[in-house]
Amino acid sequence: MDRNTTEMQGVQTPNPKQASKSGNRRGAGGKVFQTLFIPVLSIFTGLVFGAIVIVATDTTVITAYGNFFHAPGVALRDTWNVIALAYGSLFNGAFGNPAAIVQAFQVYFATGDQKALLTAIYPFTESLATITPYILAGLAVAVGFKCGLFNIGAEGQFGIGALCSAFVGYSIKGLPWFIHLPLALLAGALGGAIWGAIPGYLKAVTGAHEVVNTIMMNYISFLLGDWLLNGPMKAPGYRPLTPVIQDSAMLPRFFPPPLRFNWGFILALAMAVLVYWFLFKTTMGMEIRAVGANPDGARYAGMNIVRNFVLAMTLSGALAGLAGATQVLGIDHWVGQNYSSGYGFDSIAIALLGQSHPFGVVLAAGLWGFLRSGATNMQSMAGVPLDVISIIQGLVVIFVAAPAVIRWIYRIRLARSEAIVLTRGWGK
Amino acid sequence: MENHLVEKKEKKPFSRNRLVIGLVLVGTGLLILLLFGLNVKTGQLASYELTPRGDTNVIPIPRLTLPVQPSIYLLALIAIFLGAWQLARGIRSTGALVGVVAFCFVASFLIWATAGSSMDLVGMLNTSVVRSTPIALAAMCGVISERSAVINIGLEGIMLTGAMAAVASATLTHNLYIGLLVAILTGAILGAIHAVLVIRFKVDQIVSGTAINIIGAGLTNFLDARFLETNIDKLNNSGVFPNITIPLLVKIPILGPVLFENNLIFYLTILLVVVLYVVLFYTPWGLRTRAVGEHPKAADTLGVNVFLTRYVNVIIGGMLAGIGGAYFTIGSVGRFDRLMTNGKGFIGLAAMIFGKWNPVGAYAASLIFGFADSLQVKMQILSIPIPSEFLQMAPYIVTMIVLAGVVGRAHPPAADGAPYNKE
Repeated sequence: MDRNTTEMQGVQTPNPKQASKSGNRRGAGGKVFQTLFIPVLSIFTGLVFGAIVIVATDTTVITAYGNFFHAPGVALRDTWNVIALAYGSLFNGAFGNPAAIVQAFQVYFATGDQKALLTAIYPFTESLATITPYILAGLAVAVGFKCGLFNIGAEGQFGIGALCSAFVGYSIKGLPWFIHLPLALLAGALGGAIWGAIPGYLKAVTGAHEVVNTIMMNYISFLLGDWLLNGPMKAPGYRPLTPVIQDSAMLPRFFPPPLRFNWGFILALAMAVLVYWFLFKTTMGMEIRAVGANPDGARYAGMNIVRNFVLAMTLSGALAGLAGATQVLGIDHWVGQNYSSGYGFDSIAIALLGQSHPFGVVLAAGLWGFLRSGATNMQSMAGVPLDVISIIQGLVVIFVAAPAVIRWIYRIRLARSEAIVLTRGWGK
Repeated sequence: MENHLVEKKEKKPFSRNRLVIGLVLVGTGLLILLLFGLNVKTGQLASYELTPRGDTNVIPIPRLTLPVQPSIYLLALIAIFLGAWQLARGIRSTGALVGVVAFCFVASFLIWATAGSSMDLVGMLNTSVVRSTPIALAAMCGVISERSAVINIGLEGIMLTGAMAAVASATLTHNLYIGLLVAILTGAILGAIHAVLVIRFKVDQIVSGTAINIIGAGLTNFLDARFLETNIDKLNNSGVFPNITIPLLVKIPILGPVLFENNLIFYLTILLVVVLYVVLFYTPWGLRTRAVGEHPKAADTLGVNVFLTRYVNVIIGGMLAGIGGAYFTIGSVGRFDRLMTNGKGFIGLAAMIFGKWNPVGAYAASLIFGFADSLQVKMQILSIPIPSEFLQMAPYIVTMIVLAGVVGRAHPPAADGAPYNKE
């Protein structure tokens, strides 16, 4: 994950065999190749494993394999059909049907009729709308990683951010949109920031490991959300959800309904650029990265570890809270139960896949958004439960965190063995 | 206050730590007074059942009736007094001090909650002890693997998978013991995966654990949707282990019905705690384990196989977590619900830290967490004006408080979290 650590480790443990083989062929291109190659291969392997899981649990295929020796062709054909249907519907759900899109464009240019076009690009815009919170949540976890902190609390921070921004969204009436909308976004970011600052502070002052504390804060935020949605923040009616937010707090959408693609996406990209600038072009960002790379060295250099831990966790929480805010203000316009479900672990995978670099996170979030968006279609069209995505996700996390596993599977010889140490032990 | 008496003794430095603890204790006392003492009417009584209703095994003892207001005032006074003492003189064993005041707070909360009605205290203690079982097993798994310096936070994933494996196999074979064995096997397999990733491939231990959690949750949700939901009778209806009453010991008042009328998994847990304690501190294998955890390099030069020790420990830990998972299904409700572990794995890790990586200490800590867990169940029965969601937060908040107070002073095995590189 951290280039410096990798290179230092390489220097300390010289391996003559590998050095002569791969060392001479290394160049600048090699690093880029390696940076992209491992994640891409990890995703591919994850999808392959996912396919195996889907096939192995499909009853049609199981019965077909029962008859394997009588009718092997049937078994193989059924296997292929299941995979094709599953991943085909995944693709269609993520990008839309390519043929339909082309046709719709032709219709549009010929007659000016928008309806077919809108229907055809709906899956793609839905994916983009799904990607938005992933970018922000992934940035949140990435900022944490840059400081050596494992923020698993993105889900709780997301939920709190959503609730805060929804509250500002529905309770304040009569404000113009250019005040109301930023205010609501800010409220979400602030809520998440506080939710992240608490474990950050506890870690900095008492050494309590942020993994357990952020997870505890997650559970507390779920329960708090439950109480709020059934009590103070409940809309009139039976269901536990907030009232719909005011029009002045909604993020503007690009296309007429039912397309939900909105300015939140642009905001997320802007935040990625902002985080990049902060981490790599400012002193504070450099301090955070220094503390992440080597806290003892940073302390020796006079940097305030406590302040940097708290700052990193607060920023991380703010980004996750903003993710929740954009989801409410741009997509749903109200908050219901289990609103943040799944974003926590997804964002960890995205941050790891993007190597904790803001632009990598955007790419990884893109991939993840497409996967998740398509998975809903896969569940309805092919009957494959959504949770297979979680399995693929966990596997991708492992593959990215241990390039050695990918290399072992594919028998590749790339650079010298890196042990990516992202976090330290308990309370150090 | 500082007079010739103090000068003769060793003068305790007025450290910031002492000030903070003293203030916190006094504050707690005042809190007891304000929250609970002022919210009860004079003359109210709280009664506690000390004999479980309808239980013929135990020697019956009469219920305990306490006058509410005086009791709460007394407890508040004790807390304030101890806090003041700490501020003025300083008490050496701050851990015990905090424990006593915490007890005062909890006791006054209970008394306030039962003002004017009665509560089944023995039942609540029994629930605490039983509900601490999965937390204790998770803590044991943590202890055994961290003692050899491998952090295993994949406990949620292992417990979920173990729970599903247990219930599915137990329902299929109509045999709960097979369910238990399958859960142990599943835990061993997942532990082995974690061990291979962490030891052979040197994956960051926290990342590997998190990945196992993600995969465990995803896999069990997936299989539940694919198979269990549609085949409840064939795969998700196992029944539970029956309670086994130990004949003579159950007659002991209070302790008897709390401890000696539970099921196999509970007794197994107690046994495992004792065995683990003995093995870890009184056998050569335990010594090797601890050496590997503190200074693997030194252990390696003496001929201890660091990698093998870690593999064995993590796999055995996985088995323990598998039993913990089995508790949720075949030891408790007899069916699998998605994500039913609900954070118990992480609470188990907190118990392990609180217990200072000692099996017996970790078990004591899990009892506290189990008590917090049972509190919210009982409190929902007594209608008190705190919303149930806040009561459900209790175990998680307690975990955070415990971690904040203890971690700085609790030292993990020195090599915890670092992969071992054989040079």
